[in-house]
Amino acid sequence: MADLDTFRMETRKWLEENCPEEMRHGVTGDEDACWGGRHWTFKNDAQRLWLERMVAKGWTVPEWPVEYGGAGLSKAEAKVLRSEMKRLNARSPLDSFGIWMLGPALLKYGTPEQKKEHLIPIARGEIRWCQGYSEPNAGSDLASLMTKCEDKGDHYEITGQKVWTSYADKADWIFVLVRTDFEATKHTGISFILVDMDQPGVTTKPIRLISGKSPFCETFFDNAVAGKDQIVGEINKGWTVAKYLLTHEREMISGMGDAMGRPIGDLAAMQIGLEDGKLEDSMLRTDIARLEIDGLAFMAGMEKIISEAKAGQGTGANASVLKYYGTELNKRRHELMMDSGGSEALTWGAEEDIAAHWLRTKANSIEGGTSEVQLNIISKHILDLPGA
Amino acid sequence: MAMVLDEEQSMLRDAARGFLTDHAPVSQLRKLRDSGNEDKFDRATWAAMGEMGWAGVLVDEDHGGVDMGFQAAGLIAEEMGRTLTASPYLSTAMMGATALGAYGTTSQKETWLPKIATGEAIMAIAVDEGRKHRPQQVATTASKSGNGFKISGTKTFVADGGVAEQIIVTARTAGGEGEKEGISLFLVSADAAGITKTHHDMIDSRNSVTLSFDDVEVDGDAIIGEIDGGASPLNHILNAGRAGLAAEMSGSAQACLSMTVDYLKERKQFGKTIGEFQALQHRASHLYSEIELAKAVVMKALQGLDSAPEHASLMVAAAKAKLGQVAQLAAQESIQMHGGIGMTDEYDIGFYMKRIRVAEALYGDSHYQADIYAKLRGF
Repeated sequence: MADLDTFRMETRKWLEENCPEEMRHGVTGDEDACWGGRHWTFKNDAQRLWLERMVAKGWTVPEWPVEYGGAGLSKAEAKVLRSEMKRLNARSPLDSFGIWMLGPALLKYGTPEQKKEHLIPIARGEIRWCQGYSEPNAGSDLASLMTKCEDKGDHYEITGQKVWTSYADKADWIFVLVRTDFEATKHTGISFILVDMDQPGVTTKPIRLISGKSPFCETFFDNAVAGKDQIVGEINKGWTVAKYLLTHEREMISGMGDAMGRPIGDLAAMQIGLEDGKLEDSMLRTDIARLEIDGLAFMAGMEKIISEAKAGQGTGANASVLKYYGTELNKRRHELMMDSGGSEALTWGAEEDIAAHWLRTKANSIEGGTSEVQLNIISKHILDLPGA
Repeated sequence: MAMVLDEEQSMLRDAARGFLTDHAPVSQLRKLRDSGNEDKFDRATWAAMGEMGWAGVLVDEDHGGVDMGFQAAGLIAEEMGRTLTASPYLSTAMMGATALGAYGTTSQKETWLPKIATGEAIMAIAVDEGRKHRPQQVATTASKSGNGFKISGTKTFVADGGVAEQIIVTARTAGGEGEKEGISLFLVSADAAGITKTHHDMIDSRNSVTLSFDDVEVDGDAIIGEIDGGASPLNHILNAGRAGLAAEMSGSAQACLSMTVDYLKERKQFGKTIGEFQALQHRASHLYSEIELAKAVVMKALQGLDSAPEHASLMVAAAKAKLGQVAQLAAQESIQMHGGIGMTDEYDIGFYMKRIRVAEALYGDSHYQADIYAKLRGF
């Protein structure tokens, strides 16, 4: 424990000396965050400095091994680092699907060569990744995907279309689920392959959403080329890798149920006002109280499920409970923010962009496995219901 | 604080589950109801609970208890909710022990805590006066009379009031109806002259009475805590009861889900096991999700009472508000998914629905708790 205390003091000192002032408040949105990549332009010097300094410490991926760009911290040390960053309100130096999604999969299933080639640039924020899973005819039924990948002797050739690819237009590489065996049953003919997007065979087209924003793209593969050494895990066994990675994505999305920013009761009190200490709109007050109580239960549940996982208890399928509940809760929360905002929330570009965020949340219960898919998983893996 | 049970707590839970399943399952409650038992709980079972230390779970060791804290007390309540065991546990071991342990005089503690710890003395809390839980609406008065007081008024919905030896009663010593200041807590012998009990045939088959006090004389040392300053202790005592009820409802909700999932795997219609139908799978999985999170918020409330009781009100209100809704959902969904058989008295689900309804109302229903939550949050 003494070592951990020393680590805490050293970390605190280093952060205080090295975290630029401008990086000591949360990001205001995806546009304000640092995503890195080949074409990344830093918003300011502070953003660049913060990334460079954290990269040098291995703290963009603190728990990854040192040889792959991490700092090799233990879970306890990483927790100390997180709490010290929180203490300073220091923002994350790098937001990255490479760190959140591909990295864990590569650490588990990648060859030593793949780890060396890809993990270091991820840790350094040099390569930005995106995820090619869904297709126009393979959404919830992801395993029915048809993007074709053929062995051409010295390379693979990929043809097909992906959709709902987050930030594909800004990414450098893509991890893709492709069909390598058209004869096999649907789950067994799929492979997980890494493709450099800087080639004529890969094109992207942003999709304009109801929120007016375009966080997702269509991604087209037209005889795109990938190296023979870029399949992660065994050929035709990509579904295993994909499932592993999806559990990470689910946890990430359910984290959005985390009451980010100001609690809604406080916001409504400011926007609508109080009468005898109670929100002037009594029906809305009830809904907000219920929402906040469910939020407390959600946060407590998340803590409990994580504690149980660490203690080797509980079931991994509980991640589906968090994904299901967290996203539904977040949708409710934004509905109430619209209620509280009144007519001022109904204009584009209003303060805090309430309407755009509200519209965006409607995808929460679709992306990363719909709420219905999560309920199917709970039925099958937890309740053990027949035929689920 | 860790959100998993430690070894001692796990052992207690397993022991409680084992004992209650063997000695006090739902069939015991059914038998008590059908035989017209006047106590409405089984004294032998309660005595055994006393021997196992459950009644003294919140009593300190100096007074003969095991002092295991609220989280442990909640585990026992949760297991009793699972089996619907009727006992004066909540009013005695959780609320009575909290009242005297935290606010009692030395003499009150020495007289009553050892008896509470063994289960020998049963306590009841007399707070409400109308059909809804409004602990500050106290019209009952305690007026000075010699060295003591004379209490007059009527208390409704007094759980275990028909079997209690001692009643903790709120009465106004100052201030007007609805005011927070001026409420005092008194410890009154249940057989004192001037107390009339009206027994009610409750839907949950548990003991509940209306008590009327007609110039009931008590000594000056019958006060628990400070005169006129009972509101704050009362809140803590009620919180102990609310957290206990939330834990109990959590156990009942889990039992409802488990019975229902078993039934979904067994019942056949249209040539299929009905659990194969997605319409039912999703109902059951939604209920499972609600219950998982509900269990966690109950744990937080109990941990709050253990670690910082003065700040526990928010989480206790949240927990009882949430469990009131989730447990009722569990009972309702269970009957729906069982179909016609769920409506029969022969089947156990109805017992759960009725007890959950009473537990939801006791010491403030879900609406009341949500209102308290919003007030504490400042909106």
